[in-house]
Amino acid sequence: MRYAMAIDTKKCVGCTDCVVACQTENNVPIGYARDWIVEVTDGTYPQLELEFRSERCNHCDNAPCVRCCPTGASHIIEGGIVKVEHDKCIGCGACVAACPYDARYVHPEGYVDKCTFCDHRLEQGQDPACVAVCPTKCLYFGDMDDPNSEVSKVVKKRKFKTLIPEAGTEPQLYFLI
Amino acid sequence: MVKSRRDFIKISALGATGVAVGSKYLFAENNQKLKDTPKGPFKLPSDFTRTPTYCEVCFWKCAGWVYKNDKGEVQKIKGNDDDPNSNGRFCPRGTGGVGMYNDSDRLKTPLIRVKDKYGNQTFKEVSWDEALDYIAKKLQGVIDRHGAECIALFTHGSGGKYFGNLVKALGSHNIAAPSYAQCRGPREVGFIATFGDGLNSPEPTDIRDTKCLVLIGSHIGENMHNGQVQEMSDAIDKKATIITVDPRYSTAASKSKYWLPIKPSTDLALLLSWMNVIIEEGLYDKEYVEKYTYGFDQLKEHVKNLTPEWAYGITTIKPDIIRKTAREMGHASPSVIIHPGRHVTWYGDDTQRLRAVAILNALLGSWGRRGGFYIPDKAKVPGVPHPPYPKPTRSWRDAMQGKYELADLALANGVCDATIPDPSLGCSIKAWIINGTNLLTTLPERQKTIEAINNLEFVAVIDTMPMEITGYADVVLPECTYIERYDSLRVTQHREPTIALRMPAVEPKYNTKPAFWMAKELAKRMGKSDYFPFETIEEELDWQLKQVGTSLEEMQRIGVKKLKRPYDDLYFKDGEDVEFNTNTGKIELYATSFEEYGFDPLPKYTPHPEPPEGYYRLIYGRAPMHTFSRTINNPNLSALKDENYVWINPKVAKEWGLENGQEVYLQNQDNVVSSFPIKVRVTERIRWDSVYMVHGFGHGDKKLTRAYGKGASDSELITKVMLDPIMGGTGMRGNFVTFLTSKPVKEEAES
Repeated sequence: MRYAMAIDTKKCVGCTDCVVACQTENNVPIGYARDWIVEVTDGTYPQLELEFRSERCNHCDNAPCVRCCPTGASHIIEGGIVKVEHDKCIGCGACVAACPYDARYVHPEGYVDKCTFCDHRLEQGQDPACVAVCPTKCLYFGDMDDPNSEVSKVVKKRKFKTLIPEAGTEPQLYFLI
Repeated sequence: MVKSRRDFIKISALGATGVAVGSKYLFAENNQKLKDTPKGPFKLPSDFTRTPTYCEVCFWKCAGWVYKNDKGEVQKIKGNDDDPNSNGRFCPRGTGGVGMYNDSDRLKTPLIRVKDKYGNQTFKEVSWDEALDYIAKKLQGVIDRHGAECIALFTHGSGGKYFGNLVKALGSHNIAAPSYAQCRGPREVGFIATFGDGLNSPEPTDIRDTKCLVLIGSHIGENMHNGQVQEMSDAIDKKATIITVDPRYSTAASKSKYWLPIKPSTDLALLLSWMNVIIEEGLYDKEYVEKYTYGFDQLKEHVKNLTPEWAYGITTIKPDIIRKTAREMGHASPSVIIHPGRHVTWYGDDTQRLRAVAILNALLGSWGRRGGFYIPDKAKVPGVPHPPYPKPTRSWRDAMQGKYELADLALANGVCDATIPDPSLGCSIKAWIINGTNLLTTLPERQKTIEAINNLEFVAVIDTMPMEITGYADVVLPECTYIERYDSLRVTQHREPTIALRMPAVEPKYNTKPAFWMAKELAKRMGKSDYFPFETIEEELDWQLKQVGTSLEEMQRIGVKKLKRPYDDLYFKDGEDVEFNTNTGKIELYATSFEEYGFDPLPKYTPHPEPPEGYYRLIYGRAPMHTFSRTINNPNLSALKDENYVWINPKVAKEWGLENGQEVYLQNQDNVVSSFPIKVRVTERIRWDSVYMVHGFGHGDKKLTRAYGKGASDSELITKVMLDPIMGGTGMRGNFVTFLTSKPVKEEAES
């Protein structure tokens, strides 16, 4: 089992619904976010290109945040999901600095917080909140080890990129381009 | 400086007696009525962990569920899978609707304007009885002195239905929504003149099955018209061709096969040249045009010389692109949509531009066809029985002196005009009830609106938030949010008819009340109880629902009820005889109704003024996480976007020495300067002759703690209005701005 997400940049309109849905699902305090939108414009008027990316933790196979955690609070669970155990976290911020994707933030209560792929929802057979809410259905989620999962199929079929592959983190977010 | 009769009161300026937690009335009654009601036949909000609602953050009215946490607090809102408007997926504003409920800046208790012995005006907190007695007395005074026709209602949103019932019961039909003459009115009139039917909401565009979607200034994806955004995404999946016409590289433009970066205000020339190509190259649906339309020969003659070469000189769009895109449409026919858009009041000839859109759709045979426009259906839910409304003898139309007769709904600006005294009028409007619309930002020409307000004898404002307009009220009634109330059923058109219920998830916060209760209480005080025959809204809804084979009990469980379409008539059948609701019974390419009223029966291109040297056309639009000015203070949504930027082309920025993030003030052609500075966004996404900003920012009321002074208000800079002679729409895109790098010193106002 290997959870992964594909994000179709051809369909994403950058509406930030994924951000709000995550916040209300996971009680993320206002002003903080576990996922976010990146907008990139290329070219000069009128030869232009525009890309929207819904980004979050890449749940890397080779996760620097887990390696550098002094207390073991950052860990990997079933399906490759990178998580932080809030009680064990001392808020030292080493993981925040180590993450090349800037996917972690220090919660006002002192611990580090980040995307969990909504593992509490996965247990109930539901998709992560961001995937379930997306009006453009541009987020695909599932098991990359299962060749019949939606995410496997779409990654196989479409051209994609990953973010900062040179960091060697083996990220599990696939951006369809 | 002479103080106007009705000073603007900033609700924040109340000082010691202000709206503070723990004040006398804040929790005094605290909705005892709801809490103390003995358990009746209906379940209460506390009986559920998930309650149905339909969203009030915009007009799309998606149906969903409010979920509560273990403590019974509102946690999140999600779409209802059975709802065709949302398909179980809310947009960011709907998802962030919880913020509307949690906003601590909400209006919390009724307020009445009072004057101290020095003539200073402030708001005083009062009980509901006091506020309602006062309104009833004031309205009765207006009726006695001037007649009920001198009362007007401006409304946006669900509660308006109940105030509308009250106003009609009193004997006035002056009920206007800025969503008409400031927004979609021209397209309704343009489509009615052509097809005999308007579009209404949600628009029956069959985007999910279209082969070609043409957007003209419509920025789906930035406007989160939920169902349409979803279907545009489906269309992208199915490889439909998208053609976007916009001077700005919008989100939709970036999803398009063709982006036509048109020179602003020239769209009608492009539309006419498309007709020229489609007719000259025989790309139109000949059978459809032959069978269903009237006036093809006149149209052919009319556009004969309006070639792509002609349009090139006007629009700056190259002839080969005009031809290519016309052919794309022709090849996709009839599964093609020239999208009518929604906010279409741009240049004052908007009805004619939308007529051109309607004509193109007719030529391509897309009206009533799969992948074009489907024929919507709507549930027939009987209204609550009541005595007939008294017949008004006068209305706002009298002030229009025969103009705008083709307007099928009341014009908010018309009602505003009818308020300003004019010797030619028998009587001008004397009292406004303003429900859920911040008229100062929704109507252009702010000074005119203020002038109208200053001529009123009485103003009541009903809202959930202290908006600029509340500062002009004599009485402010705080409404509870949609999460805390029942409302009328949602009965909107779609592919299949549905009914959706909104019920409270929790008791209302503070000393707030729902519109039904307010309107009914006012009706009681004014001897109009017969018009509100049910004691509670639960009873009224249950009665209505039982007429259509369901009940409040069932709707509380399912939220959305799908009804069967009585006939299999989503699209026209091949060769079917169809009679259209026009003079000729045909689709009128040549509008005989316009001819009757002395307007051009075929749309003509007219040039519009261009920005003077050093000025740029002000174009405004939407951001996906906000609904106009209403959501800017919502804690969840303001966290996503708390200010707007002025988009400036790099060439222009260089010329002015402007940098990203730099603050500037904007000054328009009438020397109106924005109240607040706005940050510059240097971007290739906008033409060099225009600037762009998202509408709704630059709030001037300090009580809106997150929105106050953030960004600039486009409305404030829209002082020039180009009136649509056909239906009175207020064209707002003829305003030009320049940049001030520091705030000019304001001259003292003369007394």
